[in-house]
This record gives sequence, structure tokens and C-alpha cells, in this order.
Amino acid sequence: MGSYPYWEDVEEGTEVPSLVKHPTTRQLVRYAGVSGDFYEIHYDKDFAQSTGLPGVILHGALKSAFLAQLLTDWIGPQGTLRKLGCQYRGMDQPGAPLTCKGVVTKKYVANGEHLVDCEVWVEDEKGQKFTPGWATVVLPTRAG
Amino acid sequence: MTTDTAPEIEALRKSYIGKESPPEVMEVERGHIRAFAQAIEDPNPLWNNEAEARKTRFGGMVAPPTFLRAARTQGLEDLPPDFPYKRLLDGGSEWEYFEPVRPGDRITAVNRVVDIYPRAGQLGPMIFIVTETTYTNQFGQVAATQKNTSIRY
Repeated sequence: MGSYPYWEDVEEGTEVPSLVKHPTTRQLVRYAGVSGDFYEIHYDKDFAQSTGLPGVILHGALKSAFLAQLLTDWIGPQGTLRKLGCQYRGMDQPGAPLTCKGVVTKKYVANGEHLVDCEVWVEDEKGQKFTPGWATVVLPTRAG
Repeated sequence: MTTDTAPEIEALRKSYIGKESPPEVMEVERGHIRAFAQAIEDPNPLWNNEAEARKTRFGGMVAPPTFLRAARTQGLEDLPPDFPYKRLLDGGSEWEYFEPVRPGDRITAVNRVVDIYPRAGQLGPMIFIVTETTYTNQFGQVAATQKNTSIRY
């Protein structure tokens, strides 16, 4: 495992290292299988189009999983993801890369825990941010 | 929101807000955690590799943050059959985590409707249904909660 930030290392405006994901229809089928979400709009193009969609679309929860990975990759095993929220304001189709990004918005201490709030989001190739989100993580301190 | 839909929404709010789903129990299996991690293409050793995960403070594999989506509670399957909004989209999700989820855990998920409201969207009139799911482990500890907004249109 690599090196991960301590609470002292981050400040407001610190960027979370980006994560690029390459969703495919194959991934949507696998995700349907492991999550139990078999709604056909995620893997049956004819069905998706019959509901007025342009084609199959990503499960919203898969984009949540991508944002969770963005954060857990960043904080490493010493950090704790405490809160993660996001909104699915647009639909993403497989076959194009998505980039997950984040930035620190606040750092503070509460109940003895060293906390960091972040704004996170998923961007498509055109730079559209269809999945805005927010997170709170607990980071270790150098003092221990 | 048109005045036509208001009584129908009010009726929905009356019948569903506060309503709880029957508890759904999920036994957390190591293979399921790994399959989930592979499906989301997240190679983190914490959810893929027991030997590596043992070297961490967790002492072994844990589930990735969104894994509990797999504990599928019954939603509003008993919506009236003539309910006019047949199509469904996920509007968003808000997780709060309290305890790690480990292989062998027995998670009980209960879903409660917290809000229902109409909104006009790109795809026509929509109804937003907000539910909160509480995931409790076999020790009676709340491992996580998830607030989810589903959109019917």
C-alpha cells in the first residue's frame, strides 16, 4: 500500500487525487448480479429505449461506489469514511470514461476525531458534473 | 406540480410516510464481498485480499462502503397497481457509516419512508420518494444508514 495523508497534511482546497473509471455494459451486468439490482434499464438496450432512455445507463449506486473508491484510495486503511452522499442529476451511458474528483472544503476536530469534509463529484468526458456529492472522512494524526 | 396531482400526492404521503419495510436479513459472505469489489473494479486489498487486510487495523477483510446496497429491502412494491408513475430512476444516496461490515456478519436492513413530494422534471411530472434504510449487525449495532431518493415518473 502507498502513502496516505495525515490530518495535518490537508487543508481547505487540497485536491483528492482523481480516479478514472471505464464503465462498460459488461460491468453493469456484473454490478446487477452482485447488487441484486436487475432493473432492465441497466443492461437491456431495447427495454431502456422503450422507457425513453437513449440506451442502457449506469446504476446510480455504481457511481456512488466510484466516489467511495476515490475516497478510500485517498485515505488508505488508517482513514475512515464516515459519510458519503451524492445526487444523480444526469444519466451516464457505458463506453465512455468517467473521472471522479474531490476537494477538501473543511477540516475540524469534533468529539476527539480529526475530520475532513470534501466536495466530490463525477465528471464525464465533456466535463459535465452529473453526480455532485459530499463526504466526511476521519484521518489519523501525526501525533497519534 | 399541478392541482390535479395534489390530492393523489397527499394520499400517498398519508399512507406511506413512516411506513417500514419488513426486515431483510443478509449473511455477509467473503466471496460476495470480493465479487462486489470486482464488479465495481475496486482493487483495494481491504475488500479483496484477506492476507493483506489482516495486516491493517481492521484485522481482516471488510466490505466496501456501498456493499450494503446488496441487502435489498422491499421498497414500495405494494404501491397501488393503478399508480400512474411506472418508471423509476435513482435520485441519490446518502450514507453514514458507524461500524465495519465483515464476512460472517448478519445484517438486518429495514427501510422506512421519510418523505414523498412531487417535482416537475425534464421527463415530465415526477414523484420523489425518500427512504432511509438502517443496517444493523448481529450485535445490535447500527453499521450504517442510507438515505435514498427514488424518482417515479
